[in-house]
Amino acid sequence: MSETLAVPPAIVAAEPVRREQPVWRLLLNRPTFVTGALILLFWIVCAIFGNDIAPHSPLAQQLLATNQSPSAAHWFGTDQLGRDVLSRVIVGAQTMLVIAPLATAVGAVLGTALGLVLGYLGGVVDLVVSRIVEAVLALPAILVIFLFVVALGVSTLTQILVIGFIFTPLIARTVRSAVQVESQLDYLPAARLLGERSIRMMFVEILPNVMPTVLVEFTIRLGYAIFAVATLAFLGFGVQLSTPNWGTDINANYVVLGAGYWWETLFPALAIASLIIAINLVADAIEQVLAG
Amino acid sequence: MWQGGPLAIYLLRRLGLAVITLFLLSLIIFFAGQVLPGDPARSILGPLAAESAVRALDHQLGVDQPLVTQYWSWISGMARGNMGESYQYQSPVEPLLVTALVNSAKLAALALIVIIPLGILGGVVAALHAGRPTDRIITLTGSSAATVPEFVSGIVVIVIFSVALKLLPPSAQAQPGDSFLTQLRSLILPAIPLVLVLFGYIARMARAGTIEALESDYVRTATLKGLKRVVVIYRHVLRNSLLPTITVIATQTGYLIGGLVVVERLFNYQGIGNLIYHAANAKDFPMLEAAVLTIGVVYMVATVGADLFTTMLNPRQRTGAFR
Repeated sequence: MSETLAVPPAIVAAEPVRREQPVWRLLLNRPTFVTGALILLFWIVCAIFGNDIAPHSPLAQQLLATNQSPSAAHWFGTDQLGRDVLSRVIVGAQTMLVIAPLATAVGAVLGTALGLVLGYLGGVVDLVVSRIVEAVLALPAILVIFLFVVALGVSTLTQILVIGFIFTPLIARTVRSAVQVESQLDYLPAARLLGERSIRMMFVEILPNVMPTVLVEFTIRLGYAIFAVATLAFLGFGVQLSTPNWGTDINANYVVLGAGYWWETLFPALAIASLIIAINLVADAIEQVLAG
Repeated sequence: MWQGGPLAIYLLRRLGLAVITLFLLSLIIFFAGQVLPGDPARSILGPLAAESAVRALDHQLGVDQPLVTQYWSWISGMARGNMGESYQYQSPVEPLLVTALVNSAKLAALALIVIIPLGILGGVVAALHAGRPTDRIITLTGSSAATVPEFVSGIVVIVIFSVALKLLPPSAQAQPGDSFLTQLRSLILPAIPLVLVLFGYIARMARAGTIEALESDYVRTATLKGLKRVVVIYRHVLRNSLLPTITVIATQTGYLIGGLVVVERLFNYQGIGNLIYHAANAKDFPMLEAAVLTIGVVYMVATVGADLFTTMLNPRQRTGAFR
């Protein structure tokens, strides 16, 4: 299984290189980054100001106008309870953009710490933890997340922690490889000769140099966190907040898909797809730029 | 050629690691299924049941035993093929699980038959155009499709092919007595989301393998001795680039099963994914644990099998010049 521990060369090669241009300028030169960032920005605006932008209240039910197809009054139609689908799609960005980034942050912080320790210390600790990581990875991540959410019950905090904990070994694995590359460089023996302690070595000397790897991992995992949050909601384990949830809306309305009421599921589905693809475009651009 | 020695040691080591991994996995499943949810009898009988009834059922289910005893009776039962009794159906787990596995295998097989040639072709084409727009489009499409949830792409294909064009049925469940072709037809739509998710991974591996092979000395030699490009690619590049791809296909079986949970739910198909979904909703933990452990075993068999296969194909590994 050693091949699964390898890191794509693009990530390993992400050590700082002298460039003529700052990173943000290189990013802005990439059409993929600009496209992705604009879509992402659109959804962030929707998440923050959604209630002001939405043409209708996302919660207001019109029981005399249920299942209306798209029209001038309701661009995306109405759902089974007569709620405006467009407004629910706009305001629904909030749920995704709160849970997914927090979950990814939990995974990134814990995973980076674990990866630093594993990569720096090596030996028995590395061997034991790597086996546990392998065991977790023997199941599809979404299934493990699902299992723990079922066992622990649905709440915002549970989802953030469960997704974060499942991401921890995945991120740790990548960081570990990057740390092992760093460990072969000259500055570490030099620092050690200066009498620096292990903790300081890991977090002051090595960490800044593996930050590009962490950043790439964060953006890639963010897309997957949205995947997980949306899928949990589609399976009926969505967080029940006062704000709409795209996945929950799809779960509630896909049964009437066969009756021809396609707008109630298609628009939330396209919202999820566009947000994930946007994050993917941004992640791809960051990876390409950092790889030089 | 096959004198055992390093190969035998490698196989033993590989199998040993797989067994350790499975043991840890079973601990995780046991913990999530039996320790975290609290009192099973209470969740079966409901909050109003008498305390004495709850304790009696707990005793009957064996959950008042020490954890080590519980784990041992659970895992030894699994090893003997006795997966326990489903809470929701009040009947043994195995027959239900086997039926669901067969259904899922049909869907997975269709997806794999489509995706393996398609993914490899995509990767090879991308590699031959490395760095140019064709490559970027294939790579970006692949990585984007891989991150879009299966139910999202599933809805898009239902809306297009079932609601708008009325070409294919939105539900995948075959009726008893349906012909093979009818069954196949109803599985086309559910297979598409699985294909989309896997395309990116397989194409990425095939691309990396092909690029590595293209830069190798033997390909340069073959080109310089005047072989046609098609012959070079077919005879020298493909054979070497496909080895890592086989491993990836095996590791993706786990991912494929994760996708099955969602796809089978969306298309109302009675496979292992739907089984897990219903077991989870009914808090049917014996069923849930058995199904998840089965998935882990399937994944292990697939990865170990792929490792053995690549070992046999790769002469360097065969003769022991590795590790």
